[in-house]
Amino acid sequence: METAIAKAKTKIWAGGRSPFNVSYGKLMMWYFLMSDSFTFGAFLISYGSIRFSLNHWVDHNYVFNEFPFTEANLPLAFVSLMTFILIMSSVTMVLAVHEGHKMNKKGVEKWLALTIVGGLAFLSCQAWEWTHLITGHHEVLVDGVIKYWGTTVSHNPWGPEVMYKGHMVATPGPVAFGGYFFGITGFHGFHVFSGVVINSIMLIKTKKGDFAKRGHYEMIEKAGLYWHFVDLVWVFVFLCFYLI
Amino acid sequence: MIAESTHLGTTEADKAQVKRIWKAFWILLVLTIAELGLGLTIYKIDLGANPNESLVLMLKGVICILTLAKAFYIISIFMHLGDEIRTMVMTIALPALLFVWFIIAFIADGSSFRHLRNTDAGIRHYKEQPEQFHHPAAEPAESSDKKLD
Repeated sequence: METAIAKAKTKIWAGGRSPFNVSYGKLMMWYFLMSDSFTFGAFLISYGSIRFSLNHWVDHNYVFNEFPFTEANLPLAFVSLMTFILIMSSVTMVLAVHEGHKMNKKGVEKWLALTIVGGLAFLSCQAWEWTHLITGHHEVLVDGVIKYWGTTVSHNPWGPEVMYKGHMVATPGPVAFGGYFFGITGFHGFHVFSGVVINSIMLIKTKKGDFAKRGHYEMIEKAGLYWHFVDLVWVFVFLCFYLI
Repeated sequence: MIAESTHLGTTEADKAQVKRIWKAFWILLVLTIAELGLGLTIYKIDLGANPNESLVLMLKGVICILTLAKAFYIISIFMHLGDEIRTMVMTIALPALLFVWFIIAFIADGSSFRHLRNTDAGIRHYKEQPEQFHHPAAEPAESSDKKLD
């Protein structure tokens, strides 16, 4: 009896079947995403560590307070729009996966196309935000001289304010801010971009009927995992740069 | 062809699954709006003359917890990890616990650096300095920035 159980146990690991009841590709996608989460985690925690080591950081409500086509002071508004776009595209992706389970080719095409549109919208928003930050002209007092700086990896016009000739003016802030902000949101944006490329390939393959021929839409599930991960990372980027 | 004939029927399980997805979406939306509300509250508190720092810190803590709740819904519903078998979930969740150590250790390090920066505890002698940070060497007075005035 005991030997029979032992035999059955070794058989599970003898190949040909998955102990986790999940396909090899999906499992490896999960492990890839886990390793990727450690990369993002390392970036964000390093950012946190530097931020905790400085007496002054930037006030995100002043750095990110603009919205396209308006001069109004709207802290958090634009990034909320970006967050909403990404959550929405996550929903369309999971609906595409769901249609895939039902082998509904038309449904997969529709939701996948909407996901791609969402990804492109997010990237456009990010392009606007970066351009706006880099090309901005903010008054800043550098060694007794007033200059006009944008926010870049080498310039930070959001330092503590001092009194200068009768009005308050900012001094240079820690340069680490630009490096972390553009580095981390850029790395995330690159993930969004590759997600859009992967989803486009999936859409073409769906349209060609590759998955219908194969008998399952598991590739959509794997692309979906990647896409949701991009959304998941954004939740934390949103937290670290815009909320706290 | 056999598969194609079966896909058109919408079963009760399908409907339940779609409902579950939209429910997760609404939860994520509500959590995000709550985060925004708290973020704007912090903004308003900071505008005041004497911002209550412990209150701001508490609100930031609440935002962090809401973010973790969002992460949970994305992973368990959108990524279907909740539907996988337990042992597989553990192979993902247990390594992720390293983040607990990771965050505590590095944030504590950062605070320690700040302590050294602000006191005599470090090897450098502490000097009261005007709030200035490292920035690119000052350009000559006739810099190109002038044309922006």
